[in-house]
Formats: sequence, C-alpha cells, structure tokens
Amino acid sequence: MPDPIIERVIEVIVKTQHLEAGIVKPESTFEQLKIDSLDGLQILFALEEEFNVSIPDDAAKQLRSVTDIANGIRTLLAEAPAATA
Amino acid sequence: MRVAITGIGIVSALGSTRHAFWNSLANGVSGIRPIESVDCAGLKIRHGAEVAGFEACDYFEDKELDHLDPFAQYALIAAAEAIADSGVSLSDALKERTAIVTGCGLGGKVTEDQGFRDLYADHKPRFHPMTIPRAMTSAATSQISMRFGFTGPSLTVSTACSSANHALGQALWMVRSGAAEMAIAGGSEAPFSLGVLKAWESMRVVAPDTCRPFSKDRLGLILGAGAGMLILEPWERAVARGARIYAELAGCGMTADAHHLTMPSREGAARAMRLAMADAGLTLEDVGYINAHGTGTMANDATETAAIREVFATPPLVSSTKSMHGHAMGAAGALEAAATALALYHGVLPPTANYTTPDPDCDLNVIPNVARVAKVGAALSNSFAFGGLNAVLAFRAV
Repeated sequence: MPDPIIERVIEVIVKTQHLEAGIVKPESTFEQLKIDSLDGLQILFALEEEFNVSIPDDAAKQLRSVTDIANGIRTLLAEAPAATA
Repeated sequence: MRVAITGIGIVSALGSTRHAFWNSLANGVSGIRPIESVDCAGLKIRHGAEVAGFEACDYFEDKELDHLDPFAQYALIAAAEAIADSGVSLSDALKERTAIVTGCGLGGKVTEDQGFRDLYADHKPRFHPMTIPRAMTSAATSQISMRFGFTGPSLTVSTACSSANHALGQALWMVRSGAAEMAIAGGSEAPFSLGVLKAWESMRVVAPDTCRPFSKDRLGLILGAGAGMLILEPWERAVARGARIYAELAGCGMTADAHHLTMPSREGAARAMRLAMADAGLTLEDVGYINAHGTGTMANDATETAAIREVFATPPLVSSTKSMHGHAMGAAGALEAAATALALYHGVLPPTANYTTPDPDCDLNVIPNVARVAKVGAALSNSFAFGGLNAVLAFRAV
C-alpha cells in the first residue's frame, strides 16, 4: 500500500524542483536527483509549508534522501499531533 | 601613488568608538549577546552582535532622527569619528574633491520593516513619507555628504557581504588615480528587524549559540550591526601635514566566482587574494596576517582555508574578527579593514574568539582566543559574498 507521507514528500520535491513525476522515487537520494544546498533549502521550506511542521537545522543537515525526509516528517508529526497532516 | 589610512571611525557590538573597538579586539572580547532590539519569540535566532549600549538621542536631535534609519545613523557617527581622528582640515576646495564611497547590503530595513508592518499587518492607509529617503541604500553616503558639506564624487556600493571591501577598493583606486584627493570610505548595516532575521533564519546558516570560525563544532554565522569609516589620503599629502598614518591601503583584488548563488568557490577567492597582492606590489612572503572572511559557516571556513592554502605554501597567521563583532554584512569589510589597519599599527594581531576544537579542514594557525603580539609588514583582509562576489584588501605597515 503506498505510504501517504512518502507520496506527499515526493510531490513536494517534484513541484519544487520542477521535475517529471516518475523521476522521484521513495529510494531516491539528493545526490541522484542533483539537489544542491540551495535546492535543499527550498525543499525544506516547501515541506514545512505542506506538513505545517518546523524542521530543526541540525535535523535538516542529516537529510539525504526521500526516505530520510519521510521518516523525519513522521517523527515531527508524532511529536505535534495538533498540527494538521 | 601610495594611499594612507589616516582616520578610523567605528560603531559596533564592541563599542561605538575606535578605542573601545580595538580594546575588545586586542583582548579577545566578543560582542555577541542575546538580541534585545527584536522580540525573538517566534525565531530560532537568539543571539546577535548588536551595537552595544547605543542611544540614538546621544548623537542626534529628534528632528534629525526623523530622516535617519539606524544604518545611516551608524555611518554618520563613524564618519564623524574618522574625520576628527584624521585631523584633516576640510577646506571647500578639498570637500569638492573628496570621494565618499560607502558599502551597504540591505539599506534601511528597520525603516522598511516598520512601514510594511503598518501597511500589510495593520492596514494603515498611508506610508510614512520619509520611508524611501531613509531606506535607500545610498542614504549613508548622502547623509555624510550633507552633514559635512562634501561635494565630490559620492556613491554607494552594494555587493552583500563584500560591500565595504568593494567600497574601500573603489575609494583606493579613486584616490590613487587622482579622481579624488581624499576619500571617506567604509560601510554600514543595521539588519536587526524581524523580517530580516526571519529571512536569514530560513537559510539555516545562523548559529544558535555563537560564532566559532574555523572550529570543528562551528554552527554558522552571527549577524552583526554597525559601521566602519576610514579616511584615505595620498601618502605624500598625509606625511606633509604630519598626519598619523595607521597603515597603507596598498591594494585591492576583485573577482566573481561565476559558480553558485550561495556557496563559495576556492578559485574565485584565491584569485582575489592574488590580485590584491599584485595590486599592492606584495609578495607571498610579505604577508604576515590575513583577516579572514571567517563567517563561521561550514562552507566558508573550509573553502577559505583551501583558498589560502592554494595561494600560500606557508600560510600566514589568520584570524576572524567576526567572532567578536559578528557578521555585519555591508559593514563587515570596513570593521575588518579597521581591525587590520589597527593590528598593523599596534603590532598586535586580534584572535579568533570562541575557538574550541581544531578542524582538519581548517588547518591554519587561527590565533585561537588570545591576541598575538607580532609586528607584520603586510596583511590581507578577505570578503567573499553570496553570489560569488569577492573583494580582498591588502595593507602595508608603516
């Protein structure tokens, strides 16, 4: 069953990076997608908007892949259940 | 023609006089503190290098303040101190041939922020009519011109974090070429408004604690405010009138990276250092100290180290005074030029404060925490800005 968080993360990356839908997969890494530091900042901003969470700077530095992001978002949502998912 | 630095004026987190500024630098005292002028409740940013104990009414009448954003206030105070410090006699003829070149990255954001809040948040029906003249990036230059009656070539240079180095370099070349007989040059910046802090926060390069340039555990930059102004004169004229000369502003190197909007480039930085030395007629062996750009970000400090090591087989002593006065962006180069000139003059090299742990990627002697007594013959001061605009100044001791 498709994971809704991963699906939404993929959609945010696709939109922010202006990519074709099929290119971003759950196992994709930033390196594979040629996402540099500035792209990364914009993706983080879009994710925070999408999920209504605040991603701390030290956590942001560890994010290298779609799966990393989905796991991080899940943790943040679990910590703040009042935030709309 | 050689160009002398004959006056220095400072407004900074280390105090609003040249004397207080130098005292703190020489003693490795940091001006980084919890931010007071902005309510940081909704911010991750907590610390900054705000101008210490500053009361605008100590310097200006209320009527004058109507026209002055803090960045222009700081510029005026620093310019006044520099001019007085130089002891130069301002004849009308000289005023007509004096250049004013100030650097500023942001302009009057405190003023603008207030205006936008009034408009967008409070839906006020009208804007304050002084908003544009207060906020325009050239306001510092205009105000200095009007205050002292300078009618020569006067401009503002804006290259983000390199603005003041570019301004000083421009002024150097104007005096050297004879386009101006004297210059007041430097930079000013007043970034402490909610909007600006929020914007910086979103770049995730501002440290939550303090600024630790070159340290393995560094977490980013700390924003600063203030102004630095230097008086530049032809060497022979300075000597002839018996001026005290801090140092020679000997050269400037300017390059663009053509690389990345926010990440620095080793090549662009190295080239700028080489060009500054060439412009100054300095050899590698002449340079005994580099005042680094040294912002405390992971990217800058490692890249700057690589650039220094590429240029210098045996790197000179290096320190980042941003560890004490913060990253004052458009004023940074001016504060650092002042620090470098004073270091040469006093024979004391300021330290890199807050230094804890060596980083193998920053393998330099960064004069950790305690100033070094050393008479060096020449120095560089680096500025490497967002968008890859680099300016390096070269100084020669008297």
